[in-house]
Amino acid sequence: MSAPRERAVDLALAREHGLTDGEYANILEILGRTPTFPELGIFSVMWSEHCSYKSSKQYLKCLPTKAAHVLQGPGENAGVVAIGDGLAVVFKIESHNHPSYIEPKQGAATGVGGILRDIFTMGARPVASLDSLRFGPIDDPKHQYLLHGVVDGVGGYGNPVGVATVGGETHFHECYRGNILVNAFNLGVIAADRVFLASAAGVGNPVIYVGSKTGRDGIHGASLLASAEFDAGSEAKRPTVQVGDPFTEKCLIEACLELMATDAIVGIQDMGAAGLTCSSFEMASNSGTGIELDLDRVPQRETGMTPYELLLSESQERMLLVARAGQEGTVREIFERWDLDFAVVGSVTDDGRMRIRWHGDTVVDIPVDPVARSSPELDRPVRQPADLSERHKLDLASLTPEQDLNGALETLLDSPNLASKAWVYRQYDQLVQGDTVIGPGGDAALVRVKREDGSVTRKGIALALDCNPRWCWLDPCAGAVAAVAEAARNVACTGARPLALTNCLNFGNPEKPEIMWEFAEATRGLGLAAEALGTPVVSGNVSFYNETSGQAIYPTPTIGMVGLLEDWQRHAASHFPDGGLAIVLLGENREDLAASEWLALRRGLEAGTPPAVDLDHERRLIDLLVEGVERGEIRSAHDVADGGLAVALAECCFTGGSEIGARVTLAEAIRPDALLFGEAPGRVVVATADADALLERAAAKGVPARRVGTTGGERLCIASPAGRAWIDTPVAKLHALWENGIPRRLEVA
Amino acid sequence: MFSVIQFPGSNDDRDMRFAMKSVLGAEARLVWHKDAELPAGTAAVLCPGGFSYGDYLRCGAMAQYSPIMAAVKRFAAAGGPVVGVCNGFQVLCESGLLPGALIRNHHLHFICDFVHLRVERAGTLFTGRATAGQLLRIPIKHGEGAYFATAPEIARLEERGQIFLRYCDANGAVSEAANPNGSVANIAGVMNERGNVFGLMPHPEHAVEAGIGGVDGRVLLGSLVDALRGKEALR
Repeated sequence: MSAPRERAVDLALAREHGLTDGEYANILEILGRTPTFPELGIFSVMWSEHCSYKSSKQYLKCLPTKAAHVLQGPGENAGVVAIGDGLAVVFKIESHNHPSYIEPKQGAATGVGGILRDIFTMGARPVASLDSLRFGPIDDPKHQYLLHGVVDGVGGYGNPVGVATVGGETHFHECYRGNILVNAFNLGVIAADRVFLASAAGVGNPVIYVGSKTGRDGIHGASLLASAEFDAGSEAKRPTVQVGDPFTEKCLIEACLELMATDAIVGIQDMGAAGLTCSSFEMASNSGTGIELDLDRVPQRETGMTPYELLLSESQERMLLVARAGQEGTVREIFERWDLDFAVVGSVTDDGRMRIRWHGDTVVDIPVDPVARSSPELDRPVRQPADLSERHKLDLASLTPEQDLNGALETLLDSPNLASKAWVYRQYDQLVQGDTVIGPGGDAALVRVKREDGSVTRKGIALALDCNPRWCWLDPCAGAVAAVAEAARNVACTGARPLALTNCLNFGNPEKPEIMWEFAEATRGLGLAAEALGTPVVSGNVSFYNETSGQAIYPTPTIGMVGLLEDWQRHAASHFPDGGLAIVLLGENREDLAASEWLALRRGLEAGTPPAVDLDHERRLIDLLVEGVERGEIRSAHDVADGGLAVALAECCFTGGSEIGARVTLAEAIRPDALLFGEAPGRVVVATADADALLERAAAKGVPARRVGTTGGERLCIASPAGRAWIDTPVAKLHALWENGIPRRLEVA
Repeated sequence: MFSVIQFPGSNDDRDMRFAMKSVLGAEARLVWHKDAELPAGTAAVLCPGGFSYGDYLRCGAMAQYSPIMAAVKRFAAAGGPVVGVCNGFQVLCESGLLPGALIRNHHLHFICDFVHLRVERAGTLFTGRATAGQLLRIPIKHGEGAYFATAPEIARLEERGQIFLRYCDANGAVSEAANPNGSVANIAGVMNERGNVFGLMPHPEHAVEAGIGGVDGRVLLGSLVDALRGKEALR
């Protein structure tokens, strides 16, 4: 063992690397000596919060992850779910929050690039992307800059790489002023028997590096950037942000899929967080093998890179794979044809150790498993926030009733969170690959499934991302339940049956017991709802430390739900397709304004106990939607969510592009503002040409349902049974307000 | 047979092949950009959309140097039909096969949306199924799709009837409001003087199926299929 070429390692340096005193002692024990500088770097990234999930592990273990249709649950690059006919979908969502705040364009771009690699690493062709984006207030010029940058990054990577961005969410709230969220989701399609895993089996097999060259970018992105709070000096961390090259990624996708059609490879892993280090350790650990690497053979973009830099670089668009001995030529031929770098950098060994050489010296020699598997697991203290009961206080009776119901509806439709997000998604290619049945703007996106040979199937996959952070702040467990239920409901509104979910858990600093309590509660809710709806968690990501100068974001467990439609042609849109149809409301209205958009916008209050979700009802509702769409009884279906029933009805009138009015009568003896703007979950607005059949089916299933009106005309009119018109406005006026809500607020549109 | 050129970074190549083969029933195959010759039996060349070579330089500027482009130029010079869509249009302009250039959209954003188009010239190889003035609804998706040529060049194109497609509104009116990217004279598609090379920014291959983008793209791509049916001599 040579002397460390760089800095001398001691406890102080370990602390600088984010390691605790206990963790450093553990390292000394594992090695029986002081680690070299590169070894210290390896431990620090592998045991960082971002890579090791040390704070969240014990909670994630409790989530439901299994079902007959789940082929691969959490632990691999992405989850795999069978959809029949020998096909499966591969999907995951991941955060790129910290980098996107520091450098919005490259941060968001590499977030998209990273999630794509997670999908095609498994052998799937990525077909659909979604993004959940959360910013501070839209009137803050800094956040307009971040919005422009992030959208530019998502499009600037997603468009060239040839994967359609078909949906997502864009949300603005004060709590994200110091920490924006960029959660990128991707789904790919694969033959169910051709799933590739991160395996390094077969002693003597070559370890091959393909893709881009390694540079000095992104060093310590995972450990120092993603695993610590922001403070005033965070701008200085810009060098830890990676730079994306979508062109190389596109070539890499094609080359990898070509390679995977051969029998040349044993396993493959993308070099994401912690680059070469993380990928090689994971592959060896999964197979119980060891790996020998020669760093001098790694393709390098810069001269003079040290072992430490080579091992920790997060340069993008790189993959590590293990080929069958003798098949190197097949791999080389494919990657050279796509003008990508190719290098045999090592081989698989049988001694369970990672041995890394550089300039003839062994610079790393450590056992694989203690690094990859025995990472610390923390049981961090939890404490309910002291002001929680204060947050819950809301006396409906003492709230002055809304005096201007039309004005309130207009304010809601024009508000940044409810207004059209076309300004965002028009900058994304929503159509490439030619399978987009429903693009952005509906309850869920819907894509037709093609096989890799280009032949079509009848299957459609519905996708939705959801989370209501205000609800999660008021009650993290109920908020997480509601997020899962809403995502499932949105998917079912197209007629698809929800299959499984992925999650991106965005929270503050886990070292604070109140944050850990939020996390524990949210994962409890996530587990309850996923179990009840039969939609296991198959992949996900935890992002802690979304906190700046002590101010944490609201807990934001973003849920990505995936559903299956057996025949994509039999689907429902979310907008009214035609005039003269009956409007049926599924679910029940409640006299509740707690946690609502109306309360926030019209009364400046974020308070109350979020209305409870009845998961039994949600399950029956999903069944009803799936059957109703399949039988053609449901022509359109739209979930009642942010802004309540009046906003949902208005959206049904214009989100299809053309404008179709509606006359609605609501009979409940509920105060009108709660009836129109309350956010009780479990409700769906449906348009049907066969109301009798649908009502009968609903009754048989035990789903409350009644006819509330008829589509047609040019106005949206919502009235009491006595004929008092609460809402009576031209649809065109509402449409225009909704369309201009975002652009009119941007200084540079 | 239709030869769809596959540049590194092309991303509508498979979609174009799908439209020609699976929807319109024609023979179509992908042709690698490093090939020096078009496959025997090539009746028409299609340059698909995407970001050839990443488009880090001017869009399409690198692709003109791919080996296959020399063969495409010879094919066009011999009268063979060549169509470029989006990035393919940019490549054909950069290669000198079509007049003008595509520059950054005037609003500086990438834009993906369905637009209305008016067929300005019917009866060409690419518009045989259309009538003059016919409206088509086809999507665009590009960041650099503003057609530009100097005023005298535009006048010449007008005079010779080389502008075959313009952006218009839902009623067919060619107006500033209906111009999605700042193209001079709302130009969405032009052809060469000889009438065998066509370029357009809209994506007909993304409008060939009811339920997925509609079927208006078949008017254009189907015209090419009709024109070439039985014309093996063109190879």
